[in-house]
Amino acid sequence: MHALYISLVSEFYKSRKTLAFWAAILLPIIICGLISFGFYYDAEKIIANHYPPMLLWAHYSGAALGVMGFLIMPFYVIFMAFSVNNIEHKNDTWKMLFAQPLNKFSIYAAKYLYAVLLIFICLFLFATLTYTFGHLLQVLIPKFNFNQYNPSNILINSYAKLFLASLGILSLQFILSLLWSDFLKPMGIGFVGTIMGIITANVGWKYAYLIPYSLPTLALRITKVKKGADPLAFPVFTQEIWTSLIYAAVLFIVGYFIVTKKSIK
Amino acid sequence: MSDYAIETVGLNFNFGNQAIVKDLSLQVPKGSIYGFLGPNGAGKTTTIKILLNLLKSPSDQVFIFGKEINSNRIAILKRIGALVEQPAIYGHLTGKENLVNRCILLGIKKAKADEMLSLVGLAEAANKKASKYSLGMKQRLGIAQALISDPELLLLDEPTNGLDPNGIIEVRNLMIDLATKHQKTILVSSHLLAEIERIATHVGIINKGQLLFQGTINELHLLSKPMLQIEVDNIESASTFLTNSGYEIVAKTDKMITLPYASSQKSGELNTLLIQNGFMVSSLYQQRKDLENLFLDITKTN
Repeated sequence: MHALYISLVSEFYKSRKTLAFWAAILLPIIICGLISFGFYYDAEKIIANHYPPMLLWAHYSGAALGVMGFLIMPFYVIFMAFSVNNIEHKNDTWKMLFAQPLNKFSIYAAKYLYAVLLIFICLFLFATLTYTFGHLLQVLIPKFNFNQYNPSNILINSYAKLFLASLGILSLQFILSLLWSDFLKPMGIGFVGTIMGIITANVGWKYAYLIPYSLPTLALRITKVKKGADPLAFPVFTQEIWTSLIYAAVLFIVGYFIVTKKSIK
Repeated sequence: MSDYAIETVGLNFNFGNQAIVKDLSLQVPKGSIYGFLGPNGAGKTTTIKILLNLLKSPSDQVFIFGKEINSNRIAILKRIGALVEQPAIYGHLTGKENLVNRCILLGIKKAKADEMLSLVGLAEAANKKASKYSLGMKQRLGIAQALISDPELLLLDEPTNGLDPNGIIEVRNLMIDLATKHQKTILVSSHLLAEIERIATHVGIINKGQLLFQGTINELHLLSKPMLQIEVDNIESASTFLTNSGYEIVAKTDKMITLPYASSQKSGELNTLLIQNGFMVSSLYQQRKDLENLFLDITKTN
């Protein structure tokens, strides 16, 4: 456990000045900021629609969730998996890392956990900033009715689903980035996979849930709030989430065997 | 307890079908500076990676401080500091941050980073990004990383690579210091015999994955017999004259004659003899065999 902890601390220390780390913080700030700015700027028009408070929140948070779930999230996960491994490929430091008196599992698990942690931070910030900026909008423009509904449950559920649904992609991309030192191979495969995932999820292919890349889209599609339906009725642990978690667990173990067999040339 | 810091017993290692290390039996005594000599591609780096368990050796072939490496990996690695190939440095971090990161991984005090920086002469460049370092500075930082845990055994793969003459001398003195004053065992690889001769107490010579020679530096000197080279006019008659006077001629070109070197006294006598007999000696000097010739010698005797 100690080895895992110090490996994690080292991962943070190494990456704290890189884009990969800051992306986890800047991405939610920028996207939530832009959406809130849009709501502020178009306040008149939005208020004219007379949305009930729940639907206003759904529109507002859906803007970020939609962009994240369909496009940015898969690429962000691909980028995280890449950058956590690339820091060692680029500097040719794998051999140094594995020559330390730490067990190999801790080194590997710390890298994986760090990527999971970054994704968690990113999504956590998305949820928190959506909530905070919504209330900020209410303060700036009192005619909004953000204050008449508490969206925390829907936000937590949606982002929790998105987080869990993306772990399958993370594990798969993590292995690809572990094997190949260049950017194009994992990125290319991830790109094709993501497009395939979006298409299969949207045409409603019944086996789409078997493709890790389609899971965030599938998970969010079910989350969409229908008019009049109870937004809290959707369960977090659906088929997509279980599939994602199984993919994540299996590929995480496979990755470890790759690491132990990996010859450091 | 074994007296060897490193002992390999008939070590074999293959990449696929290609045998990289064949029946290698290294014996590195504790407290020695062991020069690991060989041309590029001889298997030096592969051997060092095996000693660090980066490449997995067959069981019961590699022992460090008397312990089998595969079953004692972590305990052994705690006692080793290493510099393999190019130093492993994160370019986006400063020199100091690279060392602090190592402190985190090893669980040692971060103050050690500053101490190491001044030891290798990088104190002034401590806060400069490592990617901006010159080759020599990177090499020093790599050495600092190897030394930071105060290990009993140091594995240094061509540590003077890319250093200027000053740097080479500093690293050389540092290694001698570490071995004599701090009782460290150092295995240092090189393809330069002259470099190894200056520091090593023991030498192993490897070629094509096989150990051709292993012994103390004095045993090596006995093998690497120095030669006396004489540039003289009228080569043909000079060599006939020398042969008739009882000298053994090793080689002869159209410019110089090569004989075994005995002592400076004998060289002087030989010079006088040639001059007294009307030959004009333009140059006379002692030449040590280079590694290439030494290899030929050793392989011939095997």
